[in-house]
Amino acid sequence: MTLEIILQAIVAGLMMGLIYALIAAGLSLIFGLMEIVNFAHGEHLMLSMFTSFWLWSLLGLDPLFSLPITIALMAFCGVLTHYFLIRYILKAKMLIQICATFGLSIFIRSIAQLLWTPDYRHVENPLIEGRLEIGTIFIGQPQLFASLVCLLAFFGLYWFVSKTETGLALQATAQDRNAAEVLGIPANKMYALGWAIGLGCVAVAGSMMMNYFAVFTDVGINFALFAFVAVALGGFGSIIGCLYAGIIIGLVESLGGLLIDPSFKLLYVFAIYLLVVIYRPQGLFGRY
Amino acid sequence: MDKLSIAKSESVWNTNNKVLGLISSALVLLFCLPLFDLNSFYLHLFIMIFMHSVMAQSWNIIAGFSGQISLGHGLFFGIGAYATSFLFTEYGLSPWIGIIIGMAISGVIAVLIGIPMLRLHGHYFAIATLLIAIGFSLVFRRWDLVGAASGLWIPMTAIDSWLAIQFHTSKVPYYYIFLIFFILTFLVAWLLSRSKLGYRLRAVRDDSQAASSLCINVSNYKILAYVISAMMMAPMGSLFAQYILIIDPATVFNIEISIIVLLITVLGGIGNIWGPLIGASILIPISEYTRIYLGGTGGAVDLILYGLILMLICVFRPNGLISFFHRDVLQRKKNK
Repeated sequence: MTLEIILQAIVAGLMMGLIYALIAAGLSLIFGLMEIVNFAHGEHLMLSMFTSFWLWSLLGLDPLFSLPITIALMAFCGVLTHYFLIRYILKAKMLIQICATFGLSIFIRSIAQLLWTPDYRHVENPLIEGRLEIGTIFIGQPQLFASLVCLLAFFGLYWFVSKTETGLALQATAQDRNAAEVLGIPANKMYALGWAIGLGCVAVAGSMMMNYFAVFTDVGINFALFAFVAVALGGFGSIIGCLYAGIIIGLVESLGGLLIDPSFKLLYVFAIYLLVVIYRPQGLFGRY
Repeated sequence: MDKLSIAKSESVWNTNNKVLGLISSALVLLFCLPLFDLNSFYLHLFIMIFMHSVMAQSWNIIAGFSGQISLGHGLFFGIGAYATSFLFTEYGLSPWIGIIIGMAISGVIAVLIGIPMLRLHGHYFAIATLLIAIGFSLVFRRWDLVGAASGLWIPMTAIDSWLAIQFHTSKVPYYYIFLIFFILTFLVAWLLSRSKLGYRLRAVRDDSQAASSLCINVSNYKILAYVISAMMMAPMGSLFAQYILIIDPATVFNIEISIIVLLITVLGGIGNIWGPLIGASILIPISEYTRIYLGGTGGAVDLILYGLILMLICVFRPNGLISFFHRDVLQRKKNK
């Protein structure tokens, strides 16, 4: 075990962590807005990866160029989800909300399995390939590019939510729906916008991962679980908390895998969740 | 009439003669059913309905009565299955004793999970149970002592044996074993729903602050409900292992088990002891028939239906199908 290997693991963990952070940010935004945990988040990631894959496979568009199309399609999917499902369960009991999004996740995943079979698929010869060598550390270019794009998208999201007028309207709706409506903010549209942005984040992460990751129908499950952990760690509803939480998770995953046993990578991350919810239920940066 | 006595005569369980007659005749019918020489598919269908109603009932106790949503309840199914299978293959211990040991282990695990986790609210608890269940399946996948990913093959006895719960010639004994467990579970659930414990649990579910102001120890009651529910789930895992005689982590720790118990209960009616039975009687035939006619293609048609049904129920009938029968008791008393 040399220093180089540990440095290598830290870099890999950092790059993965930025992707987890963006996925978690989408989840956190939706939760902060309407107190609904999207249990179908992993399936939405799977859908966006498949969208990116099919755009490459059928139209020959590189995941890089198809990014805007994927984002638009996933945002539309988010709006549809809101208008056909979420709108009806906003006032329901929490159990019903959990069951509804859980049902959505089963539905999307099994439809995908029926249509596309559970095969592994990947994009061949993407535009960004190869690796960088810095000293003795190797960095995969697609990974580096993906994490940088995710970081950029993350700060874009943060700027949008905290600085623009629409973002402030989103925050107002999150704080008090009725008060926001009195001020002329259309809450229902804000919710739909929240879903569109949430799934847009997932679309960015999904398309960027398509450069080096295989897509299959169950691909989203682990990412969704990590997103739950990240959101709990960062504090439900806090967006900037997701960034730190995502990086922590990425580091724990890669260092734990290196130092202890790689087949239990998931367990280390789960352990963080359990520790956080027991000792600091509001998360590291939570509002509640 | 004061509210307590109205509540005590709540719903179907104002045990009048009509209901008692209906239940006892249904029981007689169920006991006589194998005498009609049913083919083994129908026996299998009934066995699956019994098994799933018990599993759903166990989930109903923790989620319906005490209001904590566990998304990883399949965990105890797997523990039960592994307990009997491991003890039988390694030490030749009869599965009957294995069932009891499996229940005990599940109870202990439930306490260990429950003490830290049941303090959590809503989403936190749901996600925690999901992660714990997946964690257990990962550990079992790598644990060489219990066969790691290839699982355990239960050695076959030469002849049918009640002691080893193995019947190779007929499904009828399995039918009776599952039927008896089914009846016992529903009896326990019924007693629970009518007991002080049941009322306290529902008080905790509806308003935990009000409950604790009435000297109800909220977290202890939740843990108790979790333990009861875990111990109800474990024997089903054990019996399922005896029924199919081969288990592996991918089957008995499948997250799908946790999904289906949730689906059955929500479909039937959560918090009502008849909900799981109604849900299972509708869902299991659908699942078995789609497996026959559409199975083998690799498409998960039954899962598509599950997901769709779950969403539709949540949107249109959040109280489950039982709400079609269930009149508002207070409203009815007022009309009289």
